Amino acid sequence: MRGKNIKVDYLARVEGEGSLVVKFRGGQLREVQFQIFEPPRFFEAFLRGRSYREAPDITARICGICPVAYQMSAAHAMEDAFGVKVEGPLRDLRRLLYCGEWIESHVLHIALLHAPDFLGYQDALQMAREHPDLVQTALQLKKVGNDLVALLGGREIHPINVKVGGFYRVPRRRDLNEVEEQLKWAREAAVQLVKWTASLPIPLFERDYEFVALRHPAEYPFNEGRLVSNKGLDIAVDEFEAHIVEEHVPYSNALHARIAKRGAYVVGPLARFNLNFDRLSPLAQEVAKEVGVVPPCRNPFQSIVVRAIETLYACDEALRLIAQYTPPDQPAVEVHPCAATGHGCTEAPRGILYHRYRVDEYGIILDARIVPPTAQNQKSIEGDLWELVQANADLPQEELQWRCEQAIRNYDPCISCATHFLRLQVERE
Amino acid sequence: MKKQSTLLIGVGNPYRQDDAAGIAVVRRLRQRPPKQVDCMECPGDLTTLIETWRDYELVILVDAMRSGRSAGEVVRIDASRQPLPTDMRFFSLHAIGLNETLALARALSRLPPKLVIYGIEGKHFGEGEGLSPEVAKAVEDVVRYILQELKGSDA
Repeated sequence: MRGKNIKVDYLARVEGEGSLVVKFRGGQLREVQFQIFEPPRFFEAFLRGRSYREAPDITARICGICPVAYQMSAAHAMEDAFGVKVEGPLRDLRRLLYCGEWIESHVLHIALLHAPDFLGYQDALQMAREHPDLVQTALQLKKVGNDLVALLGGREIHPINVKVGGFYRVPRRRDLNEVEEQLKWAREAAVQLVKWTASLPIPLFERDYEFVALRHPAEYPFNEGRLVSNKGLDIAVDEFEAHIVEEHVPYSNALHARIAKRGAYVVGPLARFNLNFDRLSPLAQEVAKEVGVVPPCRNPFQSIVVRAIETLYACDEALRLIAQYTPPDQPAVEVHPCAATGHGCTEAPRGILYHRYRVDEYGIILDARIVPPTAQNQKSIEGDLWELVQANADLPQEELQWRCEQAIRNYDPCISCATHFLRLQVERE
Repeated sequence: MKKQSTLLIGVGNPYRQDDAAGIAVVRRLRQRPPKQVDCMECPGDLTTLIETWRDYELVILVDAMRSGRSAGEVVRIDASRQPLPTDMRFFSLHAIGLNETLALARALSRLPPKLVIYGIEGKHFGEGEGLSPEVAKAVEDVVRYILQELKGSDA
């Protein structure tokens, strides 16, 4: 069977529309394309001419799974432009909101989208019949994340309570009591989830990646930090575009990103974990060590375990933030627009999400740039597929295809987010 | 907060024309909610429903369908007794839609004791607000059916 082409026209269990093409010629692997054919979305274009105030809510519409990340990166970029600093309880509330998004997004991917791959089920439904307790617990755990986002964001999907400078309305201490109790349960459930994911049959596969994530002096990164890598990158967020190059490839509506003069890199749970293990809470570190997943972790198939560890961290961190919460005097700090350029980068569940805006003296957006995590991971996804297919070319077709799809889902790709403005190229001879 | 015994759920995206039919029904009923009924809108992530409807005796769910029926046609089904007919497809932009969520709930034995689904056949699911006339009329009909149904269950 060696050397048969693989074509998956519509990838299941990923967010958005993508496909996979693997081509052999004369028994040699010739081509691997992870194609994104979701239509272009033009968000950057229609942000032009809108007020800075609208950026968090407009960009949140890019994704129903990680709207908080868009709101956070947009708010931080605008605050950077206007020289505003959000601190104290407002900053804590932002971290708390992010905890909710990580919990719901990670648990959805772990239990409903990715785990079936490891256990040989076609989908979560089949898995649920044989592992009802696990799926039930996961749904309940995910719901705690949704509840946290609804409580702070005003609603679960596309929250509406975030603004440049803070929030429209902040919770009273007692508003957090109920979710605090749920989180105590969730933290225990997350410990079990880590152990369960670590017990899955994980394919052995490693590559020498460049991992890129935020790094903060004291915290596991959500909102702030420098951009660092395991290969020497150490830059401020506003230097992003000097080091990261985006390019259009003909078969994808998402731009491919690479580090200038070096190449592919990986963002997301594995990158954060490898670069910030020492910033995880003691409990998260302890459980990670117990299941034997510690940095350097270069096996992308282990990302399912790392996602569970981050879920545990998010529960733990949320409880810490709630315990120390006293409502701020004002729900937001004052913002005075000025002509400027601002940069923001925060850690979406799938990795760093970069925003840059140029605004005029009235705060009207002149131009915008958004670089989502899945676009940044595309090159590495293809690199993984290339090596996997080469190493497993003797596997029966179906099994090889299965392994390829599983490898794509290692990155929890959010294709809707990644889809970018399509540059029209006309070639004439 | 003490839960009521009945939960009414409207599913749909209010910015996808007729997909908002379920949301429209809930918004109409919310103006004068019948006794002992909680109302909620579910604009996307349906997997949370399995947790949300826990502890409710009766759940009534309204969603737009795209099943090949004529626009505005209404189908009522008791989903706690039988799986959805295969031709009853609900419109979803996401991988896990209503059909999948119900199947998942069934596999987990987490369907409510009584789950009634009203499907309203939509016509236009493109971007934008506002319902087709046929669907707007169906929304009024479903509001009436639900009020009748709730009155009946009181007796």
